[in-house]
Amino acid sequence: MRQRSLIAITAALAAGALTLTACGSRDSGDKGSDSGNGGTTVTIGVDAPLTGDLSALGLGIRNSVDLAAKQANKKNYVKGITFKVESLDDQAQPSSGQTNATKFVGEPGVLGVVGPLNSSVAQSMQKVFDDAKLVEVSPANTSPDLTQGPNWRTSKSRTYKSYFRTATTDAIQGPFAAQYVYNKAKKTKAFVIDDKKTYGAGLAGTFTDEFKKLGGKIVGTEHINPDTKDFSAVATKVKNSGAQVVYYGGEYPQAGPLSKQIKAAGAKIPLVGGDGIYADDFIKLAGASGTGDLATSVGAPVETLPSAKEFVDNYKAAGYKEAYAAYGGYSYDSAWSIIEAVKKVVDDNGGKLPSDARAKITAAMQNVSFDGVTGKVSFDEYGDATNKQLTVYSVTGGAWKAVESGTYNGS
Amino acid sequence: MNELPQQLVNGLLLGSMYGLVAIGYTMVYGIVQLINFAHGEIFMTGAFGALTVYAYILPDGTSMWVALPLMLVGAILVATTVAVGAERFAYRPLRSAPRLAPLITAIGLSLALQQAVWAWYPGAKSARTFPSIPGGPFEIGNVTIQTGDIFLVCAAPLSMAFLAYFVMRTRTGRGMQATAQDPDTAKLMGINTDRIIVVAFALGATFAAVGSVAYGLKYGQIDFRMGFILGLKAFTAAVLGGIGNIYGAMLGGLVLGVAEALSTAYISDIPGMDKFGSQSWADVWAFVLLILVLLFRPQGLLGERVADRA
Repeated sequence: MRQRSLIAITAALAAGALTLTACGSRDSGDKGSDSGNGGTTVTIGVDAPLTGDLSALGLGIRNSVDLAAKQANKKNYVKGITFKVESLDDQAQPSSGQTNATKFVGEPGVLGVVGPLNSSVAQSMQKVFDDAKLVEVSPANTSPDLTQGPNWRTSKSRTYKSYFRTATTDAIQGPFAAQYVYNKAKKTKAFVIDDKKTYGAGLAGTFTDEFKKLGGKIVGTEHINPDTKDFSAVATKVKNSGAQVVYYGGEYPQAGPLSKQIKAAGAKIPLVGGDGIYADDFIKLAGASGTGDLATSVGAPVETLPSAKEFVDNYKAAGYKEAYAAYGGYSYDSAWSIIEAVKKVVDDNGGKLPSDARAKITAAMQNVSFDGVTGKVSFDEYGDATNKQLTVYSVTGGAWKAVESGTYNGS
Repeated sequence: MNELPQQLVNGLLLGSMYGLVAIGYTMVYGIVQLINFAHGEIFMTGAFGALTVYAYILPDGTSMWVALPLMLVGAILVATTVAVGAERFAYRPLRSAPRLAPLITAIGLSLALQQAVWAWYPGAKSARTFPSIPGGPFEIGNVTIQTGDIFLVCAAPLSMAFLAYFVMRTRTGRGMQATAQDPDTAKLMGINTDRIIVVAFALGATFAAVGSVAYGLKYGQIDFRMGFILGLKAFTAAVLGGIGNIYGAMLGGLVLGVAEALSTAYISDIPGMDKFGSQSWADVWAFVLLILVLLFRPQGLLGERVADRA
């Protein structure tokens, strides 16, 4: 009797677990694409966090790539080719990213991948894609190591020829924030916090270097643990340090509560972050006291670019449930650069995909150049975007408002 | 420069929350020797129960003073239902199985609960905002206490007092003590041990639910993973205080919370230690403390009050 009930329970639990897994994967499955142009189908892979804390950004990426594929199919942009999107969820984990990369490489129909969101995830994927000569375009990675090698401060060298990105790097974003804070906002004492991840620590490092060079003083540094929500001890330190501004290298799930708790502790100073906090969820999490917080993000605001109006309209018309978020325009441009590369390869081969399509597309990517949502899209010798524009945003009346755009020209 | 009082308060607040959750671990362990790893998730479902009452049952714009008691009731209802259900359907059938079987079941249950909330609770795929108590912070000297923390300041000692009264003075409470000492003899003396075990699970869940409302008010947001790390910390607190001892759980929680706050605040000031003093090292120092305590007092700070067990 005992035995039987044990088996029954085990079976019930296993069935329950399987049902749940099914629910999870259904959500991250490919989300439609227009078929019907006939001919060959080319799959564009998407790897982004589709669940968890960063899903607001990840779902925006997925939807924007889906939109690019739909537009290309509608215009019949590459004759005889139908684009299909397959999205996988990396949960912002490097290990999941690598699994997904291996999966994409194993599917012969996948000729390009857009993603990931996180620099740390990209590190785990680059080699897998490069070995298969499968092109990867990230709309959001900002760590300089990814394109210019680990010693980018002294000698730049490109490690992976198949990796490109439409986002600008921390090597530009951190100093740009430092210049704005010191020169425009006239703050001379900063407290620097990061989450020890590739992205956050990199950003905090480049901010610190530039801020000191300008003559500012770093009155304290702190590294937080991204797994907790209790930053009260850190907030008390910030308050007693006499800082005029807090620079945070990291992402909005921690930045929101951190900003809230710093202000609650009695330090009424703005928190400044990179594109990782430039999300509507940051405002939600930081609450009313988040007004006045600043973020830098790559490119000019999507809404103000004439080239972006069409994207915004099409996105609305397509009726996606989630907003395109911080990286929508870059994701669209990333996907479109793959489409352009496919077009070039197909045109050169008399209207058909060559047998070594992956290698040819990767090679063609280097010379892609077109007017995208975020301006002119092309890549330099390291695979970085040639567009180096950045914008400072501030939280005003419950929304991000652009303060000023500019181009960082080194120091 | 004098940030010690504030850091102590930060640590005590965090520690009270650990303590509230740790009580559930310690009570269940004291009676059935099961480490209920799903307890962190019971804490999480409590928070979502409270949010459900506020967001879906009460009309919009209900004053927090009216809503808060109802949210507390909602949290306790959901958490105890989940805990009692888990006991009845997952743990009771395994009660005479080897120790590892219920432990693995607990881990499985913890994952299942997380995924269930993730999949079926509206908007739970990212963090949900939790209502907050209006009004500015209170200043006592140079110590600031947030309005959201007032609930915790009142609830933690009250819960503790209630628990002490319940265990020491009521019939059921004495039945719990007897079952903890020797379940077989307790049964012979006419104590319905099955009922006592259910009560232990329900009480543990009630305190976790109080803790979860405090968590929501303190941080202003809840998510499906909130119980995991907090559950681990609370379990640590229970071990630190002496697992099986309810006062030990609270004391362990407070010690752990204060240790985390003080290590974040002061270790980086020690010359040569600046690399090891940030908040990301606080957990390391907390566990160093745990190991030191267990080296010298293997039974935990307050020891295991229960008599030796064969």
